Amino acid sequence: MPIDLSSLFSFAFIQRALVVGILVSVCSALLGINLVLRRFSMIGDGLSHVGFGSLALALVLGAEPLAIAIPIVILAAFFMLWLNAHGKMQGDASVAMLSSSALAIGILVTSFSSGLNIDLNSYMFGSILAVSQSDMWISVIVSAVVLVLYLVCYHPMFSITFDEPFAAATGTRASFYNTILSLLTALTVVVGMRLMGTLLISPLIIFPALTAMRVCKSYRGVVICSVATSVLSLVLGLILSFLFSLPTGATIVTVNLVFFLGFSAFSFLRGLLRRSSHPVRTEK
Amino acid sequence: MSVMLETRGLTVRYEHHIACDNLSFALEEGDYVAIVGENGSGKSTLVKTLVGLLKPSAGEVILHNLSKKEIGYLPQSTPVQRDFPATVSEVVLTGCIGGGGFLPFYSKGQKQAAQNAMELMNISPLSKKSFRELSGGQKQRVLLARALCATKKLLILDEPASVLDPVITHDLYSILKMLNETRGITILMVSHDIHCAVEQAKTILHMDKELLYYGTPEGYFQTELYQRMVGLCHADYSREHTHSHGHELHPEEKEENGHAD
Repeated sequence: MPIDLSSLFSFAFIQRALVVGILVSVCSALLGINLVLRRFSMIGDGLSHVGFGSLALALVLGAEPLAIAIPIVILAAFFMLWLNAHGKMQGDASVAMLSSSALAIGILVTSFSSGLNIDLNSYMFGSILAVSQSDMWISVIVSAVVLVLYLVCYHPMFSITFDEPFAAATGTRASFYNTILSLLTALTVVVGMRLMGTLLISPLIIFPALTAMRVCKSYRGVVICSVATSVLSLVLGLILSFLFSLPTGATIVTVNLVFFLGFSAFSFLRGLLRRSSHPVRTEK
Repeated sequence: MSVMLETRGLTVRYEHHIACDNLSFALEEGDYVAIVGENGSGKSTLVKTLVGLLKPSAGEVILHNLSKKEIGYLPQSTPVQRDFPATVSEVVLTGCIGGGGFLPFYSKGQKQAAQNAMELMNISPLSKKSFRELSGGQKQRVLLARALCATKKLLILDEPASVLDPVITHDLYSILKMLNETRGITILMVSHDIHCAVEQAKTILHMDKELLYYGTPEGYFQTELYQRMVGLCHADYSREHTHSHGHELHPEEKEENGHAD
């Protein structure tokens, strides 16, 4: 039996989940554009697995989860960046190795202490109940940092994403902005992990960008559109997950998928219409 | 004329081999230099070192009355740009970043500079179009406009014509010539097309890891280097250029050289 929506938002845990969720969805949508366009999509995935390992560690140590996870994930992000720039290994291989190792170590660590299986499950798949008061405040601060830095670095970040050699040659310090991008991604992943689950936070990063790129022509358009679809999917997913007692992370990702498919269909149909109204031009 | 960029004993080494070996030359203001040489002769490495993307293992690059941010650079095209969602004006504006500070918005001056560059390149009508929908020639014009936003002095281009067909290539070269002659912009260009290079440039730089020739095209015609380059390119060239113009000179020059030797 569905509960009516006005009473839904009166629950404190729903309010907290909404605040954290909206902030995370805005940050992840913004960062996702740069990550996807630069072929760094897997970094979010890798970092979330490292996040799982560090949460497991915090659980066993009995420490504040985010206090342990944030520094470890940031370190991992820098390590991945370093591997990418200097490593003898390919970027995707190093990310895959790092993420599976972190997952394995996380599971091993938790197996040392019995009776923690329920929490482990919520870490992997997210839970609407997992967001505590202190989590919420940390999320608000972290998201504010991400948003401010992103706005300030908007143009240089775009320039580097579009053409790193040119940006570097004309005096933009590419390595500095790459570091910022990894740092912000790490923060966003950690903050979003509790709600979305470590296995489902990375779609939140890549889906909105991919969805927006189906229909938008300009970079600014992609930025606005991906934030909009991201927030909308999150709120819709959260409501659906509560109303029908569905797993939160999975519901939100599925709503994102629906948006992506919808936008793809729209772009496909638009292409068909154009082709039928204009005869095919061959341009060099 | 005064020297604006100079290299002294410039050596660039990758892990196991030397790409540029002890290069010393001086680039003069207002010059138009074509860098030629066979594949793998270190042309792109040299250019990347000049714009600061690679660090020299020995020697140095010296800029005279020129800051690093004042070099306009047109890199070889990258695969990322093929599906990149950005409008032409957004792309051109990134050329202005070097001059600006940490602001999320562009200043009026920067916008005006981008506008002027687009007008000069004849792409103003495309400014709201998406970069990924443009043709190859249009894309190069956009990137050239972006480079022009970054510089009033020196343009460094890395094989700008490698992805273009012959007609568009010809357009591009006439734009470069115009920039050099009417705007006084110094041009340094890597070219794989020896014929266009000698036709367009005022100075030829031929390298094969080390500097083999640096001087006028006329002097270059007399060298064996040129004969070898023409021989290498000829099969390729006659296939591409069915409308040859002014290249009848070459066989005579070959003979002259034969007599001189």
